[in-house]
Amino acid sequence: MIKPLLYGGLAVFGMVSAVAAADSPASLMALYAQQAGVSGSALSATRGEALYRTEHAGRDGQAVSCAGCHTANPAQAGRTRVGKRIEPLAPAAHPQRFTDAAKVEKWFRRNCQDVLQRECSAQEKGDFITWLSQIK
Amino acid sequence: MNYLLRGTGVVTAVGVFSLLTFSLPSGEAHGDGGGNVLPRTINQAWQQECASCHLAYSPAFLPQASWRRLMNGLDRHFGENASLDPATQADILRFLEANAADRGGSRIGSKVMKRMPAGEAPLRITDTRWFVHKHDEVSQSVWSRKSIGSTAHCAACHRQAEQGVFDEDTVRIPKQ
Repeated sequence: MIKPLLYGGLAVFGMVSAVAAADSPASLMALYAQQAGVSGSALSATRGEALYRTEHAGRDGQAVSCAGCHTANPAQAGRTRVGKRIEPLAPAAHPQRFTDAAKVEKWFRRNCQDVLQRECSAQEKGDFITWLSQIK
Repeated sequence: MNYLLRGTGVVTAVGVFSLLTFSLPSGEAHGDGGGNVLPRTINQAWQQECASCHLAYSPAFLPQASWRRLMNGLDRHFGENASLDPATQADILRFLEANAADRGGSRIGSKVMKRMPAGEAPLRITDTRWFVHKHDEVSQSVWSRKSIGSTAHCAACHRQAEQGVFDEDTVRIPKQ
């Protein structure tokens, strides 16, 4: 029963990656800079890192931050609240990161709501990817 | 590049063939024969979306009414925003309803329903009387061990949970 699942998984992965290979961290940074109405050089890794690390009061009053689940080092794997592994956010440690714009938008939408209680701006998204892309 | 494409093609062909051979009705019937082995019914969106954060819990663990409530509140999903685009959400809900505890005809589903008071539609699998009964020998100190951490973390002890296998002899409770 495991083998067919594995092959099935590989097949699905093969098809998905063939379709979604168009985006990259660089293309998403350019897109977000454009949406924010700034030049690509105006994106800031320093602001991106601050966004990642700053704790905010969550919905139930507890302190929440990106680092809370993704750990202080984005080149490391994180853990969801129920203990499942989260692959590292830094593209250097997990090359599939930021290669699918729809997926990136989905997670910004969800996680910005959870951490900041609002959506992130295009500038914030660009800053965030700028910082993560610089991590070795 | 050609080799990569060819490789992907072969893997895809093998994958599709294997899925057709082993996962259609004959596979399900076999998978459901062992009592605590869940039917291997797969929906791609369910697997991909739900399993990004937690085990893709089998539809057979809750009745249809529970899945409807749950899927209609994904923006407040146990304290987290797990919202989906409407098409994906509808696709997953259809799959959950069709294979729910009160629909799918699986053995685990029947056991869940046998202990479910009429009209109840819990949001948490861990709130079903079936789950509580099955885990009544597990003490609070075990649940709070670091490597378990949450009652939602099936795979911490059920080592083949990802394959839908929950048999007792696959259980290994971590010591810490």
